[in-house]
Amino acid sequence: MTGKIVVGYDASPSAKRALDFALDAALANGSGLIVAHVLEWSPYTFLTKEEIEERHARRNMELARAEEAILKPAVTGLGAKGVTVETVSRFGNIAEVLAKIARDQKAEQIIVGRTGHSGLTSRLFGSVAGSLAQAAPVAVTIVP
Amino acid sequence: MNTQVKILGLATLGSAVSAVPVMAQSIDEQVNAVFASSTGWFVNLIFSSFPGTSFPWIVGWLVVAATIFTIYFGFIQFRAFGHAIALVKGDYSDPDDAGEVSHFQALATALSGTVGLGNIAGVAVAIGIGGPGATFWLILAGLLGMASKFTECTLGVKYRNEYPDGTVSGGPMYYLTKGFEERGLPMGKILAVLFSIFCILGAFGGGNMFQANQAHAQITNVVGDYPGWITGIVFAVIVFSVIVGGLKSIASVTEKIVPFMGILYVVTALIILLMNYDRIGWAFGEIFDGAFTNTGIAGGAVGALIQGFKRAAFSNEAGVGSAAIAHSAVRTKEPITEGFVSLLEPLIDTVIICTMTALVIIITGQLVVDAETGRYLLDEGASTIQTVDGNKGVALTSAAFSASFGGFQYVLAVAVILFAFSTMISWSYYGLKAWTFLFGEGQTTELVFKLLFCVFIVIGAAASLGPVIDFSDAAIFSMAIVNIIGLYLLMPIVKRELNSYMARLDSGEIRKFA
Repeated sequence: MTGKIVVGYDASPSAKRALDFALDAALANGSGLIVAHVLEWSPYTFLTKEEIEERHARRNMELARAEEAILKPAVTGLGAKGVTVETVSRFGNIAEVLAKIARDQKAEQIIVGRTGHSGLTSRLFGSVAGSLAQAAPVAVTIVP
Repeated sequence: MNTQVKILGLATLGSAVSAVPVMAQSIDEQVNAVFASSTGWFVNLIFSSFPGTSFPWIVGWLVVAATIFTIYFGFIQFRAFGHAIALVKGDYSDPDDAGEVSHFQALATALSGTVGLGNIAGVAVAIGIGGPGATFWLILAGLLGMASKFTECTLGVKYRNEYPDGTVSGGPMYYLTKGFEERGLPMGKILAVLFSIFCILGAFGGGNMFQANQAHAQITNVVGDYPGWITGIVFAVIVFSVIVGGLKSIASVTEKIVPFMGILYVVTALIILLMNYDRIGWAFGEIFDGAFTNTGIAGGAVGALIQGFKRAAFSNEAGVGSAAIAHSAVRTKEPITEGFVSLLEPLIDTVIICTMTALVIIITGQLVVDAETGRYLLDEGASTIQTVDGNKGVALTSAAFSASFGGFQYVLAVAVILFAFSTMISWSYYGLKAWTFLFGEGQTTELVFKLLFCVFIVIGAAASLGPVIDFSDAAIFSMAIVNIIGLYLLMPIVKRELNSYMARLDSGEIRKFA
């Protein structure tokens, strides 16, 4: 095994294509796969007092749900094909977190789907793929 | 229009329709009379003066405490200021903790509970009685109050209760019991119970009735006079739907609009100041003169000081203990970091926002000066300063802003209603925490508190400003009596936390992530 590939996954059709692509790449290179799901989260939003009180419990619940409902179904059966698969779920800015995982795990590349943002929203907020292209520490493959 | 509103209101109540015109007004008068006579003794007790002076002992109590904390922690409000900003920016937040409440969110939520009518109406009351000089003492009290907030919020986080479901409850009632036990001090439980009782009164008073009262004043200022209990019922129904009906969307929308309203308010004030830039120097001159010399107001310079300190404490709640409840819900490895963050609150609330209000009122010339002597003219009762149109409280602020921006009274009316609403929701939370501390957590006991809270909204909107403001002040300040006793006895614990944290910060053990 030469290295690891980080793939951003959110169960969308585009993310499924990215995962398939990543699987082929991992099998071809003998790399390990890290399937990462990032829950969008900004520390600069406004919360009510009740939301603050419940935040810790909700965070754990949301992480567990991501692991259970999104990541687990995606990776079941992948191990049988001969790849080592890890799953990660995190909160934060999607592009930043994917870049950080790649850096921490010393991954060789990041693979994401080109999610179908409409022209206007991606102009205003930027797409994950676009931000990654700017900020990633390793090669990024964007799967259409 | 007026009759229509009255009929609508009465139909809601299901009252008899006979004697419509006289009845509505007399409900307000009755509420006012009963309220004033039943709370008078409490107000007199809290605001009694030092023997032989006109200086209320409670104001001295707060200022002395803030000064002691400032000195004891070595001017922490200036020393830790930069670090507090770095914490709020998230420089020291571990990215792996993303998804937990950030320091920024904790600060924003705590601020939305304190930024409110105290900043708009309270300051106008202070200036209306104490003259421009009150502003000086207001700013000083805000700066000193930063140290009180730091102390109480650190303790609030350190001694909170964490429950298995991940939720937390904290605040003075918890550090008074647990902190006192840890130090082997007696009376902790009794103080905690006293604090809880005062906190419930404070929630009904400053956190509720004062808000309803001034929101009503602002609405009538814009649409014309109508009975207060109608506003009260409308507010009560909305608050009821949020805190009892669980209509969280209203609360969370308010929570998102309030910060923008606050920014809009400050920016407008800044523009008015820039438009009158040639008078800014004069305004500061008035503020300094009034702070130290008798400019004709009731009580002279001491009167200005009392008003400034009183309204500052009422606005930023430093030393009152409410912020300790708000901050304790935040998860953090280092309790002291919440203390650092919270010391920014009195700065933003009092030193920045309150001062803006004061400067706008002074600069737009709302206060009437005797052309010959240069001293302020007083109203008939000789307690308040004459204003150009006889405005008081929130109406005075509204007049000052509209003098430069025609139509700003409508924006301000919306801001006041939103601020009043968000402060009410915050205080219903503080009150409820105190209530459950006394009576235990349970649906029925919680419902009783929430219903009472809604009833007080109606009373607050119907009563006149004088008795409401007296009771509100008295209730909030009584919380500070108990809380500050606790802070004095527990401040060595905060010092230990501070020293340990600072040492680790210097050694690089605590470091920036960003």
